[in-house]
Amino acid sequence: MNLLELFRRRGSAPVARERLQVLLAYERRNRSQPDLVSILREEIMAVIAKHVQIDQDYLKVSMDRGQTMSTLEIDIQIPNKSATPLAMAG
Amino acid sequence: MGKVVVVTSGKGGVGKTTSTAALGAAVAKTGKKVALVDFDVGLRNLDLIMGAERRVVFDLVNVIQGSAKLSQALIRDKRVETLFLLPASQTRDKDALTEEGVGEVIERLRSVFDYVFCDSPAGIERGAQLAMRFADEAVIVTNPEVSSVRDSDRIIGLLDARTMKAEQGEQIAKHVLVTRYDAGRAARGEMLNIDDVLEILSTPLLGIIPESQDVLRASNLGSPVTLSEPLNSAARAYIDAAKRLEGEDLPVVVPFERKGFLDRLLGRRAA
Ligand SMILES: Nc1ncnc2c1ncn2[C@@H]1O[C@H](COP(=O)(O)OP(=O)(O)OP(=O)(O)O)[C@@H](O)[C@H]1O
Ligand SMILES: [Mg+2]
Repeated sequence: MNLLELFRRRGSAPVARERLQVLLAYERRNRSQPDLVSILREEIMAVIAKHVQIDQDYLKVSMDRGQTMSTLEIDIQIPNKSATPLAMAG
Repeated sequence: MGKVVVVTSGKGGVGKTTSTAALGAAVAKTGKKVALVDFDVGLRNLDLIMGAERRVVFDLVNVIQGSAKLSQALIRDKRVETLFLLPASQTRDKDALTEEGVGEVIERLRSVFDYVFCDSPAGIERGAQLAMRFADEAVIVTNPEVSSVRDSDRIIGLLDARTMKAEQGEQIAKHVLVTRYDAGRAARGEMLNIDDVLEILSTPLLGIIPESQDVLRASNLGSPVTLSEPLNSAARAYIDAAKRLEGEDLPVVVPFERKGFLDRLLGRRAA
């Protein structure tokens, strides 16, 4: 490395510290309450089951956590053949 | 009644077994009766670090299942006569430990020994939770590195929620022991420094153990570093930590590296 790089290098520890503080603040908050994603998953599953019969595996719920906002992604696959609307079947 | 101290971390390989042996031996050398209990069922190592691997006949699981008496399973150290080891079993399945059985063994040890050190397995699952279950105090072994600090934070959460003490509404006394500390790297900003670790975990510091060849040599020889080379820097740090554990009010000195010419030129601060 050249001398300029040596001057510029400030060490990665401050970044590590920052990332840990943000992450742990989040993890501590969530420790006391049950996992939001699994609660949502269960309730969404219940709502869908009222109308269409799908397998557990066809529902994917995931959360992508950002600094100020998070994205909740819900992916539901409804197979064409086996998924008969309950209203019609009944 | 003796004190039960769990040595735990969450993350593996940070120095729990090394620290259990070194702290336990340091306390026993002051004349206190000390038992070291290996909870790492299936992966026992404390016997090896203590140099007692060829003397293991019975283990914790034998005692819990009633096939051996506690007095038969305890191995007395050859160097310090108040120091004893209760080994973990090597081959049996992990469910061999029951909470009731562990509780009984710990209570009996507590009534005989001044200190019972429980060497926890890595992880946050059943084995680690059993090791901490009956503890009065906890030594949380942490390396100054992101994943270790994060795991320590989770372990602190468990200590405050899943121990007997916590369930009875009492506080378990917690101490952070920073190990494998490299003063040079901390000074260069390549490694989290002590203040960062303590601020993040907001738990009092028991000591700082420097990264040291002496620790490796001691485990090669099968002797806690506090017995084999008590004057070395890591051993001295462990001996001081043991004194603090016993309630002595000793200030912690952060190991530092002499500033080199280049560091001074660049205005870097030593830790
Ligand atoms: N201060 C130190 N300086 C140098 N090496 C060290 C130091 N402390 C521990 N080590 C080394 O780190 C390795 C892991 O240590 P140890 O077995 O005590 O960790 P552990 O937390 O008990 O691991 P596990 O989670 O697998 O039970 C060993 O090789 C040990 O010699
Ligand atoms: Mg270990």
